[in-house]
Amino acid sequence: MANQRPIRVLIAKPGLDGHDRGAKVVARALRDAGMEVIYTGIRQTPGMIAEAALQEDVQVVGLSILSGAHLELFPRVIEELKSRGVDDVLLFCGGIIPHEDIGTIETLGFKGVFGPGTTTTDIIEFVRAHAPVRA
Amino acid sequence: MFDERTREAARAARARYDAEVAAEGREQERPFVTTSGQPVRRVYDPTDLAGLDYERDIGLPGHYPFTRGIHRTGYRARTWTIRMFAGFGSAEETNGRYRYLIDHGDDGLSVAFDMPTLMGYDHDEPEAAGEFGRCGVAVDSLADMEILFDRIPLGAISTSMTINSPAAVIWAMFIAAAEKQGVERGVLRGTLQNDILKEYIAQNEYIYPPAESMRLVVDTIEFASREMPLWNSISISGYHIREAGSTAAQELAFTLADGLEYVRWCLERGLDIDEFAPRLSFFFNCHNDFFEEVAKFRAARRIWAREMRERFGAKSPRSWLMRFHTQTAGVSLTSQQPEVNLIRTTLQALAGVLGGTQSLHTNSWDEALALPSEKAVRLALRTQQVIEHESGVVNTVDPLGGSYFVESLTNEMERRCLEYFEEIERRGGVLPAIEAGFFQSEIADASERYQREIERRERVIVGVNDFAIDEPLEIPILQMDPQGEARHLERLRRVRATRDPDRARRALRDLEGATRDGENVMPYLIEAAHAYCTVGEICNLWRRVFGEQPISLSI
Amino acid sequence: MQAAELVEGVLAGNRRALARAISHVEADSPTGRELQRALYPRTGRAQTIGITGSAGAGKSTLVGAVTRDERRRGRTVGIVAVDPSSPFSHGAILGDRIRMQDLTSDPGVFLRSMASRGNLGGLSETATGVVDVMDAAGYDVVIIETVGAGQDEVEVATAAQTTVLVTNPGAGDEIQSMKAGLMEVAQVMVVNKADLAGADTAVTQLRALLAIADLRAWRPPILKAVAKTGEGVPELVDAIDEHHAYLRSHEHGDRERRELARKQIVALARAALHRQALETAEHSGALAALVDEVAGRRRDPRSAAEILLGAVKREWGEAALAEPTPENAAR
Repeated sequence: MANQRPIRVLIAKPGLDGHDRGAKVVARALRDAGMEVIYTGIRQTPGMIAEAALQEDVQVVGLSILSGAHLELFPRVIEELKSRGVDDVLLFCGGIIPHEDIGTIETLGFKGVFGPGTTTTDIIEFVRAHAPVRA
Repeated sequence: MFDERTREAARAARARYDAEVAAEGREQERPFVTTSGQPVRRVYDPTDLAGLDYERDIGLPGHYPFTRGIHRTGYRARTWTIRMFAGFGSAEETNGRYRYLIDHGDDGLSVAFDMPTLMGYDHDEPEAAGEFGRCGVAVDSLADMEILFDRIPLGAISTSMTINSPAAVIWAMFIAAAEKQGVERGVLRGTLQNDILKEYIAQNEYIYPPAESMRLVVDTIEFASREMPLWNSISISGYHIREAGSTAAQELAFTLADGLEYVRWCLERGLDIDEFAPRLSFFFNCHNDFFEEVAKFRAARRIWAREMRERFGAKSPRSWLMRFHTQTAGVSLTSQQPEVNLIRTTLQALAGVLGGTQSLHTNSWDEALALPSEKAVRLALRTQQVIEHESGVVNTVDPLGGSYFVESLTNEMERRCLEYFEEIERRGGVLPAIEAGFFQSEIADASERYQREIERRERVIVGVNDFAIDEPLEIPILQMDPQGEARHLERLRRVRATRDPDRARRALRDLEGATRDGENVMPYLIEAAHAYCTVGEICNLWRRVFGEQPISLSI
Repeated sequence: MQAAELVEGVLAGNRRALARAISHVEADSPTGRELQRALYPRTGRAQTIGITGSAGAGKSTLVGAVTRDERRRGRTVGIVAVDPSSPFSHGAILGDRIRMQDLTSDPGVFLRSMASRGNLGGLSETATGVVDVMDAAGYDVVIIETVGAGQDEVEVATAAQTTVLVTNPGAGDEIQSMKAGLMEVAQVMVVNKADLAGADTAVTQLRALLAIADLRAWRPPILKAVAKTGEGVPELVDAIDEHHAYLRSHEHGDRERRELARKQIVALARAALHRQALETAEHSGALAALVDEVAGRRRDPRSAAEILLGAVKREWGEAALAEPTPENAAR
């Protein structure tokens, strides 16, 4: 009905790497789980990602990165989000993320870190469980 | 392939056999399909090869249509080239890794570049932020190339370079580096990936619009055919198409369609097919499904030979040969129980060898988690050595040839590939199909299907959706030199400050003129490389002249 | 953020407040209605443009090109890009930002993707509400773009002051089969991808169709453009501006504004009636019983519908749904 708001999720790839198989699979899976996915795809700067999160008023931001630049780019995304006052979104990420980096990424505010072999079911459940409720 | 009597007898026997099996009812109630979702029958016999003509379709190794291999002697004269793809951090670090690999039996270099280099940015441009050396080596100018190949005799070893949009630029820098080593370009051996079409289709590392990019590709092919007879000017790649989630048949069909497209563009330029076709090379993925992969390689050779000879009228037998590099499937690696990746890679590598690959890269078991460590890379290399020296599979050529199953799968692969050719034709050809997002959505659909099979556990991935364990991961992580980036940026600054400014300016001006006038850009690029112009300077010049290709919308 | 706070934020040009306000309007929540009540008197300043046409016509690219041109004219632009929700999962993938990469970091542009959500006839109203919020936030131009040419999508686009219909060369069959209605709601027609063969034929076909359409004083111009290169886009924006000026000045302009208002009220009332009637029917239990009967082939669907309507009328009291007579209309 009219006032049942689906969860809105932003899926983006920061940086230059073009490997978007994972991002696409996740975007499609979340759509099939009834969510509205704002897909911005590849080559997004931290500023573009934060601005999209703001304008689209998403509850969730999922970032995919396979180039290894996560420790450089994720903090910049967080910074850009904060500078816009976007402080109430659920953050998760996926890609080639070395185990020893996970702690750092969690400290940044990411609630979920998903590596290769993750099922989309896990991600859907994660988003449903943690997405902030909006009036 | 069999006479009517044999086929008749086989048919009758098969009918009885199927009835027996049905009566027993002991088979599992699940679809038996390949990794690509291709149904596989219970057993194969002469009835499955009814239309096959031995002479026309199979023949002997080294004979048209080369189903069984391009060399008469298979691996008995020369085994495949062990070629390990490597590159990270600064030129100094990667140079160290190359010399380590050569010391351990690597036969050919394969250079991985980092994202800014692949996208044609200098490392001090804002777009490069955070990307330095992450997934390959950083190269901005000839100064980096000189260090990258320091104490590596470029005249003696073959070098493969994985670079696409800026391929011509990097190649020019490589040629310049060799010339500075005193090696003439005419004796250089190696491969430039240079396959822009699959970037639009799958990997997304494109800069310029398709037509402008194709012009650069044809420039390089033309230059190679005139001046560098031992160089593979392009490596038409299915690897990335498969990594993006395609099926084996899609990988085969889209790659070959790309190959035919390059041929058409070269012919339109006025090149003679037998002048350039022998230097076209291919690059395939090797995924989990053993027989399907072997069949894919066999079908690829047969289709290519026929297309080149029958469609394009190539006269030289060398033009008919499909030579290819293989890499095991990165996408099949899992971060769970990562040691298991070693076993996956071994099976994939074996399929590549039985498919008759000319060179092979085996992935390291830790690559789903990070850049591979030195020890992991050594194990991957040892995997190839075990196959070569211990397994015995190199003793005979195309050992799976004649297998009812493998021949039938080979036919099926060919059939599906030709169907895709027709479909692409109906869509107006490769470029219009790219613009319409045809390849992209075919791949995304296949990728989604595969993922769904895993999630529904219709397909078991060991350690992921079955046989999972909870264990802490202990992975030795490759540590990059923390000073690498600063050193690199300092070098870039020094290059710009100390090069002959007039020569650099002139080189760029001449390059722009040649670009606009439709002249072959290669000689101008080599001069620009010698003048220490940077990758970013050249690629940005082209961004201005060509414009940029917008990011594809298809999902 | 509460409604009052959001209203203040929207009027002050706070982008975060705007984004949140749009969510409320989109969800048709009580806060959303309160926002619309408070913001509507502050609307009417923006020039609103609806862009419609079949999938693949290049609408997103054209919206990008129009936006760039508007920006060159010094105007700020709000964009509402509507994409269909999946009929099965009700989810959606909204990809319009990809086509407008370069615009998304321009502070003079605000882009909001919207899924159709399969609302009960409410899409056009919700989208119009979102346009109003952007209008109130002070954007000079508000563009609303819809994919496909279904009833809903066309309605969305026509809720704007100026509706632009996008077609392509070689879309001859499509143009021929175009419902006269679609022709009549468009105030500007543009053949996009005009660098392809057949552009002039498409223009001729459109012109022929227009000749037999029932038009008022405004004659829709037919233009050619190549959104990818920006060719023909300034002329398109000029034509949109001309129509805007026409609305502001011409006597027909007033009539069209009133018609738009009437359409909006009726559509909203219709949607509300539809929704409330169904709620009542489900609540009273009448629907469930009738479903059993029809599914069991004991009663035909038409009679069942009549009975259902009767039940709703009884719930509400006959007077509420009676034909308006002078007496009860005056009451």
